[in-house]
Amino acid sequence: MKVLVPVKRVVDYNVKIRVKPDGSGVDVANVKFSMNPFDEIAVEEAIRLKEAGKATEVVLVTIGPAKADETLRSGMAIGADRGIHVKTDELVEPLAVAKILAKIVAEEAPGLVILGKQAIDDDSNQTGQMLAALLGWGQGTFASKVEITEGSVDVTREVDGGLQTVTLKLPAVVTTDLRLNEPRYASLPNIIKAKKKEVAAKTPADYGVDITPRLEVLKTAEPPARKAGIKVGSVPELLEKLKTAGVL
Amino acid sequence: MTALIVAEVTESALAPSTAKALTAALQIGGGVHILVAGKNVGPAAEAAAKLSGVEKVLVADGAAYGHHLAEPLAALIVGLAGGYDAILAPSTSSSKNVLPRVAALLDVAQVSDIIKVVSADTFERPIYAGNAIQTVRSKDAKKVITVRTASFTATGEGGSAAIEAIGAGSDPSVSSFKSEALAKSERPELTAAKIIVSGGRGLASSENFKEYIEPVATRLGAAIGASRAAVDAGYAPNDLQVGQTGKVVAPDLYVAIGISGAIQHLAGMKDSKVIVAINKDEEAPIFQVADYGLVADLFPTLKELDAELAKAGR
Repeated sequence: MKVLVPVKRVVDYNVKIRVKPDGSGVDVANVKFSMNPFDEIAVEEAIRLKEAGKATEVVLVTIGPAKADETLRSGMAIGADRGIHVKTDELVEPLAVAKILAKIVAEEAPGLVILGKQAIDDDSNQTGQMLAALLGWGQGTFASKVEITEGSVDVTREVDGGLQTVTLKLPAVVTTDLRLNEPRYASLPNIIKAKKKEVAAKTPADYGVDITPRLEVLKTAEPPARKAGIKVGSVPELLEKLKTAGVL
Repeated sequence: MTALIVAEVTESALAPSTAKALTAALQIGGGVHILVAGKNVGPAAEAAAKLSGVEKVLVADGAAYGHHLAEPLAALIVGLAGGYDAILAPSTSSSKNVLPRVAALLDVAQVSDIIKVVSADTFERPIYAGNAIQTVRSKDAKKVITVRTASFTATGEGGSAAIEAIGAGSDPSVSSFKSEALAKSERPELTAAKIIVSGGRGLASSENFKEYIEPVATRLGAAIGASRAAVDAGYAPNDLQVGQTGKVVAPDLYVAIGISGAIQHLAGMKDSKVIVAINKDEEAPIFQVADYGLVADLFPTLKELDAELAKAGR
């Protein structure tokens, strides 16, 4: 069984992003980029399935600018076999991403697609569910455990208040939550090896998908700033303040 | 125009988050219907009918909807969508699972997690875990929207909408429920809690985390959270992690204990109404967002806090 893992290049989670003063967006010049953390978990899960003999090949896909090649390489450095790079400098919304992925799924015929549950830049949390919808497949979102059985997959999902386990017919879509696994680090020899792995270069037009945004971004603003408050000297003083503030 | 709200149902009861999504729907304007889908959801339907401003409650009562599986539920909603200009739901784990599936089947871009209705087609939503707020205009004729419940007050009661039973939609038959393990904790759920007590690396061990954080949280009726550093160090389980890659929370009171305030943690809690920081490092960045800061050694302070809360009858 082939496993397809879509990955996204995003601003590193440790970077404090800055909103451009003119409200036109977030300033991403000269900041560190990394693979979306949830996607790292997806890659790790796919590699574990391969190591367990449940998967035969792990194929990564990324949709993004030339530099997204680094994101593919970092996934291949921890064990993915090859990559597909759908090159575009445009912003591609989750629905259009899902449409491109659906076309790639038709070509590659994976038994399972594992995606991060959301990207930490736009925080949409949509792509996996949309892909499952377009394919008519079952979806196991926010997974904390994935168990492949004969012709189906049991996915334990993190839901409000606990865990839910669903059984999905294969092929299926799984999206990862934090508890699913802890991604490994790449070794230096594997980082070098990853540079030689095959990456197919594509464009959205190759898949006949219209990526025109459906949402028009009118403005990007700083959230209302939080001011530092006051220091209190003791526990009783703290409790007094909290009572006055009406939260105790 | 008319909007359809997909109600959040917990067992047979209507979850309070539904009335918050209703507030957003009423701000968009036009009539509002509520869909209550689940198993034995009569009580939830009756509660929905009492909400002010609701014109009609549609009830799909059946085993297929008992566990809120995305595939049959999305099919049901898509079947109803023709009659509506907007489909909304509170941003819960259930609707985050279902609504994007609905949006894709309708060929609509979903607007996730709105925090403000600017006009019928324009909304504010957080990106980068709330570090920026985007104003977006949806160009789709039909809107599919999830509503961040911390940003809207609940609409009150006073309505008496008609309740109409509807038939089941088709079941794509690609998924089935196997089991569930819902936390039996007496504590509120992290993303729904009014008070959260969170511990960081300063706790220094999982034993300390248990010994010092839990009693205080219990006295306050609070949920327990943790920083990524505490989770990575093994002091607390992953599901307690608050932050950009963990849970994003906005309680009335957030008590950060031994948490330095890394960007990734602040992103997950800075929308809290009141933030308290207790840390022995005066320079810790957490104090820059805290309303009340206490520079002190954690362990004696937590013991004192526990004792003072006990004295206050908590």
